[in-house]
Amino acid sequence: MSQPTQEDELLAQQALSEAAATQAGSEVTSGLSQGQIVRKRFFGHTGALIGLAVFALIFLLAFTSVGAFGIPGWWKYNHVDVSPLVNDGAPTSSLWPIAWGEHPFGQDRIGRDLFAMTMRGAQQSITVMVLIGAIAGAIGAIVGGLAGYFRGWVEAVLMRLTDVIIIIPLLLLAAVVGQIANRRDEGSWLNGFAANNGVVILGVFLGFVSWVGLARLVRGEFLTLREREFVDAARISGASNARIIFKHILPNAVGVLIVNVTLTMSAAILLETALSYLGLGVKAPDTSLGLLVAQNQEAFATRPWLFWFPGLFIILICLSINFIGDGLRDAFDPRQKKFKAKTAVETTRHSSTTAPVADAPKGS
Amino acid sequence: MTDNASPEPEPTHLETESDRSPRGAMVLEVRDLSVDFGVDKKWVPAAIGLNYEVRAGEVLAIVGESGSGKSASSMALLGLLPSNSRVRGSVKLSGKELLGEKSGNIREVRGKDVAVIFQEPMTALNPVYTVGAQIVETLRLHNSISPDEAKQRAVRMLELVELPDPEKAFKSYPHQLSGGQRQRAMIAQSLSCDPKLLIADEPTTALDVTVQAEILDLMRNLRNKLDSAIVLITHDMGVVADLADRIAVMRKGVIVESGTAQQIFSNPQHEYTQALLAAVPHLGQGADSADVDVTAALAAATNSELESVEHDELVRRERENRLALQAAAEEAAKPQANPVLELVDVAIEYPKQGRVPAFRAVEGANLVIYPGQVVGLVGESGSGKTTIGRAAVGLLPVAAGSMRVVGQDISGAKRNGKQLHEVRRDIGMVFQDPSSSLNPRLPIGESIGEPMYLAGVAKGVNLQKRIETLLDQVELPRDYRNRYPHELSGGQKQRVGIARALSLQPKLMVADEPTSALDVSVQAKVLELFQNLQKELGFACLFVTHDLAVVDVLADRICVMQRGRIVEQGTREQILRNPQEPYTQRLLAAVPLPDPEKQRERRELRAQLMAAGIE
Repeated sequence: MSQPTQEDELLAQQALSEAAATQAGSEVTSGLSQGQIVRKRFFGHTGALIGLAVFALIFLLAFTSVGAFGIPGWWKYNHVDVSPLVNDGAPTSSLWPIAWGEHPFGQDRIGRDLFAMTMRGAQQSITVMVLIGAIAGAIGAIVGGLAGYFRGWVEAVLMRLTDVIIIIPLLLLAAVVGQIANRRDEGSWLNGFAANNGVVILGVFLGFVSWVGLARLVRGEFLTLREREFVDAARISGASNARIIFKHILPNAVGVLIVNVTLTMSAAILLETALSYLGLGVKAPDTSLGLLVAQNQEAFATRPWLFWFPGLFIILICLSINFIGDGLRDAFDPRQKKFKAKTAVETTRHSSTTAPVADAPKGS
Repeated sequence: MTDNASPEPEPTHLETESDRSPRGAMVLEVRDLSVDFGVDKKWVPAAIGLNYEVRAGEVLAIVGESGSGKSASSMALLGLLPSNSRVRGSVKLSGKELLGEKSGNIREVRGKDVAVIFQEPMTALNPVYTVGAQIVETLRLHNSISPDEAKQRAVRMLELVELPDPEKAFKSYPHQLSGGQRQRAMIAQSLSCDPKLLIADEPTTALDVTVQAEILDLMRNLRNKLDSAIVLITHDMGVVADLADRIAVMRKGVIVESGTAQQIFSNPQHEYTQALLAAVPHLGQGADSADVDVTAALAAATNSELESVEHDELVRRERENRLALQAAAEEAAKPQANPVLELVDVAIEYPKQGRVPAFRAVEGANLVIYPGQVVGLVGESGSGKTTIGRAAVGLLPVAAGSMRVVGQDISGAKRNGKQLHEVRRDIGMVFQDPSSSLNPRLPIGESIGEPMYLAGVAKGVNLQKRIETLLDQVELPRDYRNRYPHELSGGQKQRVGIARALSLQPKLMVADEPTSALDVSVQAKVLELFQNLQKELGFACLFVTHDLAVVDVLADRICVMQRGRIVEQGTREQILRNPQEPYTQRLLAAVPLPDPEKQRERRELRAQLMAAGIE
């Protein structure tokens, strides 16, 4: 039995009086569900909003500029077009006066437009990341949740399955899948699909193998959470197993889940690069951000822009994903607060005073 | 052993221990101590301008409810507060200033000159080291002695705190000891370096009444043996009456009243002190009948003579008890309706897990609850009382016998089966620890509404209306429904727990120690609310608790459990006025009274009972 600490109590009191002060004038508040409150808190999180905006912007830019799914984009080149070198391939865009120019990000040695290539790469990388995050997150949460909640033979079977997947080298599996997908002589549906959307196959495949670590962590969380009394309380309320797992326990394990999924998604770019480098992932002339960086690392001394622009996009995508994850975690966790001693303001009201005090607005 | 405070002559007037407190050397002097915590870019004061001093051989009790700053100010003495805190003022230990001292020097003081007994010995002792190793560590940190010598001294310390087998306790890990033994080991560790000052932070809050009485006895003996100054932090006036020489009452960070124990108890000046004293549930202040004089009842049942009470007076008090008892027996003989809960020879097992064999926690339990009746189930921890409560709502399977809940036999019901689902519509449960029983990620409105939503009773706007009604019933503001549990205080959380249990208008309510995690003053309010709701809604209730005083306020009938068996049951009057089992008598005698005089009578009686039990 854990007694709340002094700090916890202070937080509680503070929250009480603040809420009371802000709601004193307003009419009776209506009941909100957990989902509604989480959404409200998420959209009140500055970092998360910035992350979301940046990600949305990159997403739109990448998918509309060079086009996707056979729909042409608004940019005049695509990632395979070769055009004569302008200005020896250096970027034509400038900040003052703001100008776009013929090849804003420059060109590579043979005259392909780097902007088009970066956009195409961003498309591919985002696809891989989102697929891996979604698939690994879902499978990991479900497998870990079921194993941790039910224990017994369910746990034994699921955890041995995870063990088996953990011990198979990823590259070996990737090579096998790559071989199957690349057998161009057989005109099956899979091959046709893989030839055009290799990156989708790659994402799905990586998603199916990278959930194992997550499943173990989620199981650990569930093992401790299932012993808490609120699970018993829910059972007495008549909740089914599925409801207890997904409505009651999973939101409490969401911190671990989200931190891990965002890390997996960031690592996905590197994983995809490594596989592409070995010739198992995205294949030339198609491209991805990781592949662009890898291919152009020798050109760093002579044509640094070939390296800078794809790198910038990798950083932006990863950062925005992490910010979104941060915001989500904070939105689910109701007790996120930070404190700085230097900027703190004096108050005279004792911590156990719950009545709202009509004092000056916060931060004065 | 009426009074073991000091060898001075027996006092003839009212001012006893407190005024005779030995005028020892000044050990601790606190001047203008203020503690602030930083929350949300603001310094929020937790303690403001405290002044007090403690002399050697003296016990100062700091009393107040949680959040009053009593623990924070005491931890500030040793610099044990988190980084977002700020301490100002002056703290002198034997004339040496402690605040603003270098951390290395403070570390010297900790453990050697000032020792702390924490509230929860299970978390304060390191689970991966033996008790002995931890005492040896403290000894060798502060004294340059050999391991063998340290071991000898550690065993001597364990002997001093009256552990039954010091050698064995030395080699035991904390989890191998019982709660009371752990607290004794903790005390042994803190006393191992002969501290000048001992800070006891709610030393008995986590313990059962009987164990609490033993620990308090031990601390009283130790105080006489050693010449340490003791600062006792507690919210329980009953504990204070037993031990303290002087008392400081804290509220909202300020000491509102201080004085000798006698002054505070016989003539409290501040209204808050009065409220605190009134909030302690006494035995024998039952709902609508005359007071039960438990001391007299116990004396009668055990045929013992008390030195401190006149014989004639005792006889008179015993007679009053007998009369009330007869009236109660007639009342109980009336016929009743169909029982809501009926246990016949029930045995309950915790199923085996891996290599750990099944454990039979309850054996041969017979119990009947009629509609509208409140039955108190009392016993020490480990006696199986919570097990019965959990089995009654189908959280534990019944191993033998039959258990009928609201007319249905659930002894053979499948776990999470359809039948249990049906039965659970008619039962509600209030849990012990409100911070654990509410989902921390669910706003409380949704927690309250969940049973109704799942039972399909109400949805949408209708559901919201029902939630509002329930919040009104438990006297919480309606706009609290969007709060998360951590934003509520302990008492408010427990109100939410009660609202959730009531949401399906149950016929049977199982309350599993609903107030044991709460402060005394909050407990009084929650109990009052519970009592009113019970009268208004008329549900039957199985009230599980270790505190006889709480049961006394609520229950119509009382069952006493010991080691998995119901040893005695009867109406409240029968149990309190005429306890038959020695175990019940011991349990009754262990409840502390918020009055030093009465408490001395009670202590004497308890000593006699214990002596009789051993023979």
